[in-house]
Amino acid sequence: MNMNRRAFLKTTGAGLIASSFPMSLVKLAFGAKSPAQDFTFGYISDAHIQQIKGNRFVRNWDMGLIRAVREANLLTPRPDYFMFGGDLAQLGKKEELDHGLEIMSKLRGKVHYVMGEHDYYLDLGAYWRDKISPLYYSFDHKGVHFVVLNSILTYDSWTNGKWASPMDRMLAMARLDNPDGSPFMVGEEQLTWLKNDLEKINRATPVVVFSHSPIQKIFKPWNFWTEDAENVQALLKPFEKVTVIYGHVHQIQYNQIGNMSFHAVMATAWPWPYPESYSQLASCMPKLTVPMNRADPFFERDATGWQFIDVSNGKTAMHYQLPDNRNRTVAYTATTGRPEDLSYQDFSSRIPPQMHY
Amino acid sequence: MMRKNRGFIGGSLAALMAGIFLSMTFSTQAGDFTQADLERWDKEFMTVVAKGDKLFHSALGTNQVSCDQCHPNAANTHPETYPKFQQQLGRVVSLFEMVNWCIQNPLEGEPLLADDAKMVALLSYITYERRGVPLAPGKH
Repeated sequence: MNMNRRAFLKTTGAGLIASSFPMSLVKLAFGAKSPAQDFTFGYISDAHIQQIKGNRFVRNWDMGLIRAVREANLLTPRPDYFMFGGDLAQLGKKEELDHGLEIMSKLRGKVHYVMGEHDYYLDLGAYWRDKISPLYYSFDHKGVHFVVLNSILTYDSWTNGKWASPMDRMLAMARLDNPDGSPFMVGEEQLTWLKNDLEKINRATPVVVFSHSPIQKIFKPWNFWTEDAENVQALLKPFEKVTVIYGHVHQIQYNQIGNMSFHAVMATAWPWPYPESYSQLASCMPKLTVPMNRADPFFERDATGWQFIDVSNGKTAMHYQLPDNRNRTVAYTATTGRPEDLSYQDFSSRIPPQMHY
Repeated sequence: MMRKNRGFIGGSLAALMAGIFLSMTFSTQAGDFTQADLERWDKEFMTVVAKGDKLFHSALGTNQVSCDQCHPNAANTHPETYPKFQQQLGRVVSLFEMVNWCIQNPLEGEPLLADDAKMVALLSYITYERRGVPLAPGKH
């Protein structure tokens, strides 16, 4: 009965399951060692809905979100709920958020929202708080404790600096490679809230954290980074099973730090290069990560996508849905104690498009 | 005929005077240059790089989208691999053609001439952000 997911998927043909459409979920019955039940949820992120003028929006980014919603609506059986991982808007405008919400409204199921920097730095979350969601909160589902963090805050001196206008500040933060940008952080207020929130939770309860930025330090110049990541990790350390799922990076990333598994989600809008592709500065991409394929710009949706996530016995498996590309699954593997790609983890099984330079 | 001759004489005179002027003010020969020259040329180049940086981070087409949205620090443009066989186009192309492809498609704009000052600036910025990487023409 203790058959691990990887072995199961290998024997049943993961490729076939992942590529069949409409999608069927892989469901495994684990021994009842944990109070957590098995379930799935969907995850859509980084839509970057961008207004051109009036009611005109960038068609390419619209189509990414529309496609993800349409595909997610075909999931059978239905996931328990959906997450949206932040950056619904490109420049935080009401028009962009409204347009994004209109597309998201077609998604069948409850959606929990995570805030991204592109949603925040125009009005500092006012419209988001009013129309969409609190900026940070927690909830429990089938024996798992979920925490949503607002990890895209930064130093007050930067946020409240001498900006010509709020849009000026928004544009400065929206530019990923801005040399005058500022590092993301969770901040003291939220750390105190998180400490109190987690104090009530049994250490054996699986904890899943959703943030926009990685709660680990990969590449500061593009904010693949959270300045106070160590402080968040310290609060998560006492728990037996912790998973952190983040957006912002527009690419497959995964890592294991102690008891904590880290996964990035895909963007529906456009892919970003891996930091190693910028030859002028060093970066710290987790060695565990087998990169996604290099994007082919001639296929508009290539290297974008969305994902659904299995939670089994408190551990997660990411099923990446990649239009114009082969789908991938990165799942926690009990034998090695870390997330692994079910097809490509061994060096010998990697393919040329996964080589980035 | 008269005009042509006058033009020729006038031109010769101007060249002669310019020669005298140059020989009076510069002692260096054609192949000689100074540290000051190097600094000036570098400054000229970096001015164009800065223009390219600005263009790369602005809307060059009709839909507000900018190059850096997909290529922060011009990463993943691989200037060192051009010219190369661009498999999607089915022929060997120079980098400016791919820049134009991006301007026309994701940016929904009009292509630039290869020697347009804007194109030269864009290529200067893209290549500068890739400085030090060995040439690898044809690499995919």
